[in-house]
Amino acid sequence: MNNMLMSEKKLETTQTKISAKDVNVYYGDTHAIKDVNVEIPEKTVTAFIGPSGCGKSTFLRCINRMNDTIDVCRVTGDILLDAEDIYDKRVDPVQLRAKVGMVFQKPNPFPKSIYDNVAYGPRIHGLAKTKAEIDEIVEKSLRRGAIWDEVKDRLHAPGTGLSGGQQQRLCIARAVATEPEVLLMDEPCSALDPIATAQVEELIDDLRSRYSVVIVTHSMQQAARVSQKTAFFHLGNLVEFGDTSDIFTNPSDSRTESYITGRIG
Amino acid sequence: MSDATPQAPRKSSSLLSVDTQTQKRNSAENRFKNYGLIAVMAGLLALVILLTSILNNGLSSFQQSFVTIEVELPEAKLDKSGTRDLTVMSKVTTFGYAPLLTAAMQAVIEENGVEIEGLTKKEIGGFVSKDSAAQLRDFVLANPEVVGTTQSFTFLANGRIDGYYKGRVTAASAELDKNVSPAQLQLADALLDAGVLTNGFNTGFFTKGDASGQRPEAAGLGVAILGSLYMMIVVLCLALPIGVAASIYLEEFAAKNRFTDLIEVNIANLAAVPSIVFGILGLAIFINFAGLPQSAPIVGGLVLTLMTLPTIIIATRASLKSVPPSIRQAALGIGASKMQSVFHHVLPLAAPGILTGTIIGLAQALGETAPLLLIGMVAFVKEFPGAPPEGFFDPASALPVQVFNWTQRSDPAFVERASGAIIVLLVFLILMNAIAVLLRRRFERRW
Ligand SMILES: Nc1ncnc2c1ncn2[C@@H]1O[C@H](COP(=O)(O)OP(=O)(O)OP(=O)(O)O)[C@@H](O)[C@H]1O
Ligand SMILES: [Mg+2]
Repeated sequence: MNNMLMSEKKLETTQTKISAKDVNVYYGDTHAIKDVNVEIPEKTVTAFIGPSGCGKSTFLRCINRMNDTIDVCRVTGDILLDAEDIYDKRVDPVQLRAKVGMVFQKPNPFPKSIYDNVAYGPRIHGLAKTKAEIDEIVEKSLRRGAIWDEVKDRLHAPGTGLSGGQQQRLCIARAVATEPEVLLMDEPCSALDPIATAQVEELIDDLRSRYSVVIVTHSMQQAARVSQKTAFFHLGNLVEFGDTSDIFTNPSDSRTESYITGRIG
Repeated sequence: MSDATPQAPRKSSSLLSVDTQTQKRNSAENRFKNYGLIAVMAGLLALVILLTSILNNGLSSFQQSFVTIEVELPEAKLDKSGTRDLTVMSKVTTFGYAPLLTAAMQAVIEENGVEIEGLTKKEIGGFVSKDSAAQLRDFVLANPEVVGTTQSFTFLANGRIDGYYKGRVTAASAELDKNVSPAQLQLADALLDAGVLTNGFNTGFFTKGDASGQRPEAAGLGVAILGSLYMMIVVLCLALPIGVAASIYLEEFAAKNRFTDLIEVNIANLAAVPSIVFGILGLAIFINFAGLPQSAPIVGGLVLTLMTLPTIIIATRASLKSVPPSIRQAALGIGASKMQSVFHHVLPLAAPGILTGTIIGLAQALGETAPLLLIGMVAFVKEFPGAPPEGFFDPASALPVQVFNWTQRSDPAFVERASGAIIVLLVFLILMNAIAVLLRRRFERRW
């Protein structure tokens, strides 16, 4: 397992995009995230791995404050985006989410046309004035979602009529259409076949040139293939965080080693 | 590996024969199916009986006997001054017009050579509806220039003559009836042959207001239909926006805590409150406190709004709940505000359910009687309410109240009218439910 295909990807910057300090998350009495400290660099793909229920999704949702929508959820600690505390009272989560896009585990296109799915974000954020501009954004986003060729002839067909994998790529196109600075992806490939997965991975690699991408995945191979940084979570703790190559070849914690070699999880 | 442990040889049975266990289960299932079928049949039977009885009693109300006669309008009787001055002419009451009708009837009888023994002058005059004199007078006052000429009019026949052609009145019953005589029935048959008396579609049933107990033939549903329509407009304009806004707030924005739980329980309870309680509430608040007029569609509409709100709120909340949370997450995830997520994505998906709930609420309100009785809508209303918006404050009746009203009257002709009104009400209800089904089909979306 340790000798997986590992693309030699150099980190382009070392500047920190997101930094979490002593983050704790509680769902009522459940302590889901325990004292997590992490620095996610800019223009990198960071993978979150760990066994089911260890809090990967929970931590991911903290970064765009989607946890605000869960009544019982309580977050303490600081998360800084470009050195600004996103949990500051003055921060409007709506504004934050325009900067930090999200792709969900289950594809969730709007029951509207493919075109409207992608155009919705730019419209509500006022990114485009004219129809031509929106057309352009839609095409560009669908191309970046690696789905343009499949849907270019039926842009006005409902997005829910696509296959699961196509829907997920549509959701990715929808997320990149708003030009976020950070893209959070929660197991984006769990509904996809190997071909679509490869396309999405290529896309993620592409996105790295402009955004920070954080991806939750259950596939070690995928983490190894697409990410430069890897964070291993276990029972709400961030056990290990470092360069992907180090984590996979030379983990410093025994739990990490057991997990990536398939002994726990 | 399991081959190693010797298993008790399972009795091999043929799939072609049914074992006792399966037989038992199958017969239990069949029994249950039969019970269900019996229950459905009983329900259907009740429905069929109800419908046949209503249709039997009521369908005839859509037919009516008319008499077409030439009436001479002498100036000497109607306008002694000869000035066609309306203030002078209106001094002649319906009693002044009645003899003209009698004369016209006599003329038509002679003209057709009808001779009936024992037919008195009073009976001849009473052949047409008591409403005819008023109809004639109204026409003359509206068109004063016709005085001095002879005009052809179509009058309603007396209710008993009308009933004769609907099988309600027979020669035997006429003997005992002080409102009709066997001679009049003979006259009716003779005039029917002569083409003076005709049986046709009763448009007046839909266009006329209520009439007094002595002239069932002139009673119509017009005022009731208009009153019901006005009330439905009030209910729709108030209950839909208030109900939808309240549901959206409760479902999407309000924090889930004791207080909202309490509200939720109370709304559910309100839906079960007997409608007459809303009537008392309406009487106290809208009439006694706010001083709105009695019998007015606005008050009826307000009371029915109160009654319909819980239905609409419950239906709306249910359809908002059925929108998958992933849609809301998707919207929030790309930076839509809560309000945008609700209005752009959730509400359109919930719309069919909301519309269906609203229409069902409206249908319920349309058929509601009890609260309207309390706010005085049961009064005898002959005059049409005016055009909106002032018309909302004029006295009016309502369909179910009209039914109630007519069933209280002694003349059996009103039983027919009431059944006819029930048919009209049912048709409206079926139409509304059909619209609800259509809307649901039309807008239903899968996700
Ligand atoms: N909405 C919620 N309400 C209450 N508890 C929750 C909620 N969401 C998650 N949890 C709890 O928080 C913990 C972490 O859940 P989380 O969804 O973050 O796990 P995960 O690492 O994403 O797992 P998976 O890989 O299966 O998606 C779990 O114990 C879970 O039961
Ligand atoms: Mg998860």
